[in-house]
Amino acid sequence: MRGRPRNAIWAALAIVAGLLLTQSTWWDTNQTVFAQAVVSGLLIGGVYSLVAMGLSLVFGVLDIINFAHGALMTIAIYVSYLLFLNQGVDPYLSLFITIPLMFILGVGIQRFAINPVMDAPIHNQLLLTLGIAIIIENLALVFFTGTPRSIELSYARNEFDLGPITLDFPVKVFGAVVTLPKLIAFIMALLLAALLYLLIKRTQLGAAIRAAAQEPEGAELVGIDVRRIYTITFGIGAACVGAAGALVIPFLFVSPTAGATFNIIAFIVVVLGGMGSIPGALVGGLVIGLTQEMTQLFVSGSSKLLGVFVVFLAVLLFRPEGLFGRVQR
Amino acid sequence: MSRLRRIAQASSRDLMILAAVVTVLGLIPLGVSRFTLSVATTALIFALAGIGWNVLSGFAGQFSFGHAAYFGLGAYTVAVTLTEFSISPWVGLIVGGVIAAAFGLLTGWISFRFGLKGAYFALATFALAEMLRLTFNNLDYVGAGIGITIPLAGGDDWGRIQFEDTPSLQYWVLLGIVAVSLVAVIAITKSRLGSTMLAVREDEDAASSLGINPLRAKMAAISISGFITALAGGYYTQFLLFIDPDLAFGPFVSVAILLRPIIGGVGTIWGPVLGAAILSVLGEVTRSLVREPPSFLQVIEGVNGLDQVLFGLILVLVIIRAPDGVLGWFRRRRQRSAV
Repeated sequence: MRGRPRNAIWAALAIVAGLLLTQSTWWDTNQTVFAQAVVSGLLIGGVYSLVAMGLSLVFGVLDIINFAHGALMTIAIYVSYLLFLNQGVDPYLSLFITIPLMFILGVGIQRFAINPVMDAPIHNQLLLTLGIAIIIENLALVFFTGTPRSIELSYARNEFDLGPITLDFPVKVFGAVVTLPKLIAFIMALLLAALLYLLIKRTQLGAAIRAAAQEPEGAELVGIDVRRIYTITFGIGAACVGAAGALVIPFLFVSPTAGATFNIIAFIVVVLGGMGSIPGALVGGLVIGLTQEMTQLFVSGSSKLLGVFVVFLAVLLFRPEGLFGRVQR
Repeated sequence: MSRLRRIAQASSRDLMILAAVVTVLGLIPLGVSRFTLSVATTALIFALAGIGWNVLSGFAGQFSFGHAAYFGLGAYTVAVTLTEFSISPWVGLIVGGVIAAAFGLLTGWISFRFGLKGAYFALATFALAEMLRLTFNNLDYVGAGIGITIPLAGGDDWGRIQFEDTPSLQYWVLLGIVAVSLVAVIAITKSRLGSTMLAVREDEDAASSLGINPLRAKMAAISISGFITALAGGYYTQFLLFIDPDLAFGPFVSVAILLRPIIGGVGTIWGPVLGAAILSVLGEVTRSLVREPPSFLQVIEGVNGLDQVLFGLILVLVIIRAPDGVLGWFRRRRQRSAV
């Protein structure tokens, strides 16, 4: 609670800075670019949040650095892609296949590969998930080659009549372009975040997961099968990328390393938001999305990720428990 | 001086093993093709990088997931000092080591001061290496994304560590550097510094209650570790005669570096060398299997990525079956048979 007044000061400073910015001459010429950066950052940030939520659960509950998270997303991406290509299944319908499928796969991986090394030092768990990632990514390479593919949604550029308003995609918001697939991905990410939050906070399973995260031995004493909770948690984590994989294929190139790029960002989001915190992952994802677009806007010629890593290191050093985490050092 | 003599005495057994290992490794170039020799040289370079990693992450217990930072700093220092200032790579190797050690001291001081440990320290090291990669990718002075090509000296040139006519020499010089590094590591493990590192690894709080300064032990470990890994990176530049940000700082460089000691045995003197030997044999076997499969496996011929799938499978199996590396596995077997 000590942080509250300080947060208010930061918020006030941010508002003042924002007001000053809108008065400057820079604003007059770059308004649209800025709006585009904010919108793009928030939209992609929603997807980062969704990927990070799964990772945050795994990191927070099982305390392992899961490098297979992005590779699992790659599987979901290819499943959704193949369903669209061969059966003509709409990517948003394939969510109903990818989510349960990835849950089962996650449960299997945890049950047969990771549970046996739960007591090993962190580098072993890290290497194990890395090995799994190498297997998955290269299997994708074997079956689908490295050629990037993409799909085109027939209705992505349609007009939508929503009663009082008509939306003609791509919509313009303050001059910034918003495409339909990115908007759907963003909204779905928020929706799934809410569902996951309710699952963790309001259900008996959620209570057991929280107990296993905070005090595994105590949880065991009151009759919780911690190994089973670990297995389910990893399954839920995988289900999150199952959803993310299907949501991104309308606007992302499908390739064996498509998921891996999300993995690193997800780690940063998790540390930023606080391990195991669903709201933290949500806010963290949006912040990181904005950070990368702002880096590109203001630091010319540099990679988007540079700013992201700077934020990451600052959080690691000054607030390692994350924005929403409990202090435990 | 008496302290030095005591260290030398305690090390005598390991030094004898070292002499045997170096002799065996030194014989390799005599009976192999040029291609196999280059595989062996690469193996030795990553063994050296792993020896460095092992000091920080094996002995002092601070798991680094970003040793590419030191490797890359060493690699680029050699490339820049040679191409921009015509300084011999011999000097470049040392300068690179010093720069990497300084980088380790600076980043280590910040990280350890703020109490980063375990997974958090690992992620911080990873972020640092990635930041270096992204920075070098945009730095025109070091060739940005294109990288730096080392001009050919032509023939054998000791001053520039290029041995076009006799590649065995390049291998032997490297073996010499590896041997010296191993002597240093052996001496450290037998010294007071080595004991404090182990104490910090096992229980930091207990160590500091006994009057050990954990920060000092970790700082010593990170600088020595960075120096040795940078030597490997510098030699890598001399071996490839080319360096770019991905080869120097890429995430897979960090993985390649830590994989060898972990497969061989974390926190053991011989783990990195053993792991490097195992991994290169394994890598070549899987690669040749995919290139020229036996008749009943004809379908896998030339399939891209299959050797990596096999590699991943073996990695997963090793971690599950032999979590403390090959040396640890042998030790446990011996203990079990002794009981």
